Amino acid sequence: MSYGTKPKVLHPSVAPNKIGLYERDYEGAMSTLCAGCGHDSVTSAIVRALYELAIEPHTVAKFSGIGCSSKTPTYFLSTAHGVNSLHGRMPSIATGAGAANRDLHLIGISGDGDSLSIGLGQFCHAARRNLNMLYVLMNNGVYGLTKGQFSASADVGSKRKKGEANKFNPIDPAQLAISLGASFVARSFSGDKQQLIPLIKAGMLHKGFAFLDVISPCVTFNDHETSTKSYMHTRENRQEVVHMDFIQPAGEISASFDAGAVQRVTLHDGTPILLKKADADYNPSDPTVAQSYIREHQLKGQIVTGLLYMEETDEDMHTLADTVDMPLIDIPYHKLSPGAEALRKLQESFR
Amino acid sequence: MQPEVNDFVIKVATVNGSGSASANGLLSKSLFRMGIPVSAKNIFPSNIQGLPTWYEIRANSSAHTGRSPNVSLLVAMNPQTFAQDIPAVTSGGYVLYDSTWPIGKDLMREDVTFVEVPLTALSVEAFPDVKVRLLMKNITYVGAVAALLEVDLDVIRELLNEIYATKPHLSEANMKAIGLSYDYVKKSFATPLPFRAQKMNGTEGKVMMNGNTACALGCLYAGATVAAWYPITPATALTDAFQQLCRRYRKDPDTGKSLACIIQAEDEIAAVGMAVGAGWAGARAFTPTSGPGISLMNEVLGFAYFTEIPVVVFDVQRCGPSTGMPTRTQQGDILSSAFASHGDTQHILLFPANPEECFYLSAQAFDFAERFQTPVFVLSDLDIGMNEWMCSPLEWDDSYVPNRGKVLCQRDLEKIDKFYRYLDSDGDGICYRTLPGVDPKGAYFLRGSGHNQFGRYSELASEYVANADRLKKKFRTAANELPEPVICTAAAGDNARSSRPRSSDLGVISIGSCDPAVLESIDALAGEGIRLDYMRITAYPFSGKVQQFLDDHERCVVIEQNRDAQLRSLLILETEVAKDRLSSILNYGGLPPDAVFLSQSIKTIYNGKGHYELRNEA
Repeated sequence: MSYGTKPKVLHPSVAPNKIGLYERDYEGAMSTLCAGCGHDSVTSAIVRALYELAIEPHTVAKFSGIGCSSKTPTYFLSTAHGVNSLHGRMPSIATGAGAANRDLHLIGISGDGDSLSIGLGQFCHAARRNLNMLYVLMNNGVYGLTKGQFSASADVGSKRKKGEANKFNPIDPAQLAISLGASFVARSFSGDKQQLIPLIKAGMLHKGFAFLDVISPCVTFNDHETSTKSYMHTRENRQEVVHMDFIQPAGEISASFDAGAVQRVTLHDGTPILLKKADADYNPSDPTVAQSYIREHQLKGQIVTGLLYMEETDEDMHTLADTVDMPLIDIPYHKLSPGAEALRKLQESFR
Repeated sequence: MQPEVNDFVIKVATVNGSGSASANGLLSKSLFRMGIPVSAKNIFPSNIQGLPTWYEIRANSSAHTGRSPNVSLLVAMNPQTFAQDIPAVTSGGYVLYDSTWPIGKDLMREDVTFVEVPLTALSVEAFPDVKVRLLMKNITYVGAVAALLEVDLDVIRELLNEIYATKPHLSEANMKAIGLSYDYVKKSFATPLPFRAQKMNGTEGKVMMNGNTACALGCLYAGATVAAWYPITPATALTDAFQQLCRRYRKDPDTGKSLACIIQAEDEIAAVGMAVGAGWAGARAFTPTSGPGISLMNEVLGFAYFTEIPVVVFDVQRCGPSTGMPTRTQQGDILSSAFASHGDTQHILLFPANPEECFYLSAQAFDFAERFQTPVFVLSDLDIGMNEWMCSPLEWDDSYVPNRGKVLCQRDLEKIDKFYRYLDSDGDGICYRTLPGVDPKGAYFLRGSGHNQFGRYSELASEYVANADRLKKKFRTAANELPEPVICTAAAGDNARSSRPRSSDLGVISIGSCDPAVLESIDALAGEGIRLDYMRITAYPFSGKVQQFLDDHERCVVIEQNRDAQLRSLLILETEVAKDRLSSILNYGGLPPDAVFLSQSIKTIYNGKGHYELRNEA
């Protein structure tokens, strides 16, 4: 099935959010991915996060490239504009849209094939430019749509379904994003909504490039015992280093962390968040600490998750370019044309 | 040689990076200020310093501004190219050279006069400071040329004062250097030469402008707000100009912040992706590039065509393929732009012939892109883009309102039941679009994959075909709305658009920057009694007038600047003309065509029978 109508069931127990919308108002068409695909969990986490944030759906612009993950923008926010663009070119399309209308909430969805091979350049430069967007990379180590080839995030020694092992060093998008100056970098797992939802929310509110790498297993091609991107392997080897919680006015903080401290941080729009560290030595505001920590654990076969790095900043592509505060598309034409007289005067110097 | 006034060609041979650009600009601008119609061609290497470079200045009282190969005065400042430059001087011409670097006996010519001026020695004497001397090195020949041709020193002085308005000492020093060689020449040689400059009234109300600046102005006045680009010769200067214009005219008066976003992309793929993203979101967006950039942009261009996103692409063409000759001109991207991308893709192309048209067509390109919701190419070239052309001043009509095409705003959406992105409700192939962030009712999911009229994913053959055919219908709609070809019939004798029936057996068809040389040769041939109709193509898809011109003429000759006769091919593909009725004159060595070559070639075809393909091998 290429598209379908999803039944919208309103359960009596569900409540509207601040702007009177229900969670179903943030949903999209029926997923056409394989049953059990990690991407569908990420989609529902996005739906939940946007519902909780009470964002007007039509103020969001969804972008994706090509691949299984890039199909998912159809499955959330059916009342938002979206672009299913070209393989590896999502960042540039999103950059242009953000340049034209800075009030749009940009969400980009990509995969490890889309972002780390064909689109590695565009991914890197969107991070460098500090484009104000949430960039979600659904990372499963394989090319799904073309039936299970290794991607650039596959670990050395990780095996394909038929036993062939990957020989090439993986690209870690989180470490890469930190080194490129992304101001918000997190990693999560599609099977852990508790961790994922607050990260998506913070990423949406963060001003600048918010990067979220989500290990999202491919049930069809890469969920076997010898894969390092399987549900089992990820569950067993991941370690949450900084858990993020939004401070709800009346909510309790469920502290399941023995070691480490609790740190209060305020996002650009004034929303306070709590960072609960599993390891007191970890400093998510220090890029060099973050990188060496991730690397150290990686060598031990461990996957560090949670909020890996965050810089409290209000810089983004527009502040760097010093563009006006209003969206460029809203500037009336008479403010854009210098007029006939200015043209006449300018050409006096052409004589 | 007959004494001639205001009809000569000066060719200056120097070394790249030696500061000759300002000396050459000063010379051509001085002639222009004296009222003499002038054209300047900068023939430069792909190099920053050290390789040979040439600058040709043509003064022509009849206002023929095409390139002319008849070099009357060579300023030979580069010993490296003596052997190439001296033989190219017209018999009876002159060679001005720095006698500090003697010319070998083998290169001396009987039929050419050599004017020895110790330029280096003069400047060593006048400027003991080495740093100053290096700055003045090339300006010294300006004085010698001024003396030989009677270029008005007061005009030169006035120009220098304007250029160095904030640094009067530099104006002084330059004038001193010019005076040195001027006096030396006046003292040592019989001046003026048999050809010379004399004040006239041929540039009244005109300006000197390059096409890249004019294109940037077109973008500015069209209200473009997003520019994405990647450095590439010869298109970089277009972005530079837009940047400068934005600094001057696009600052918010209250905050000083910019009313435009200019992004230097990581490559041309990203550059066009950004422009397309901005076009989708509702901005007027463009990307300037050249042939290699177009190649990289192909996939995105097909996406924008199929998903129907407005975007303007400037292709300042240069010599291809591959790196080719990046600093030489060509019209080699006609076919690759017309069909850029895979599958059934066709694009709207506009062909400016001079900086003036660069301005007007650039501004219009944004209207066309939005009206037809598709990429629009402005195909300029290095000759138009980077050389200074004499043209009429650009004018702007302040009553202009951008034509945004069929965009539904919130109020429109309130009135309708449901919005479908690709529904052809008006029957012209153009559907309504909505912008993100406006209203939930306008939301649709844009995809490069197969879609039906409701904007939904589809792999149904019938829906695919219906959509593909509607795109073709839209393209045909555009053909009737784009600028008409400029037709100049032999009877009308000027550029007036005319629907007169044929007045000559042989029709001349050309495109873009070939125009000045074509006009000049048509003029010259008229003097010999050969009367020719001329059609200059300004847009693709072709309008009915193009077919009409072809029908009206037994035979036509297509003049263009590429090896493969690309315009001719496009005419054969897109009109009903028979192949053997279209001859070709091809000029693709990287230099603009000249009227001498064109006239000879046209004459051969005119006097012959059947089909010809003539090429400039010089």
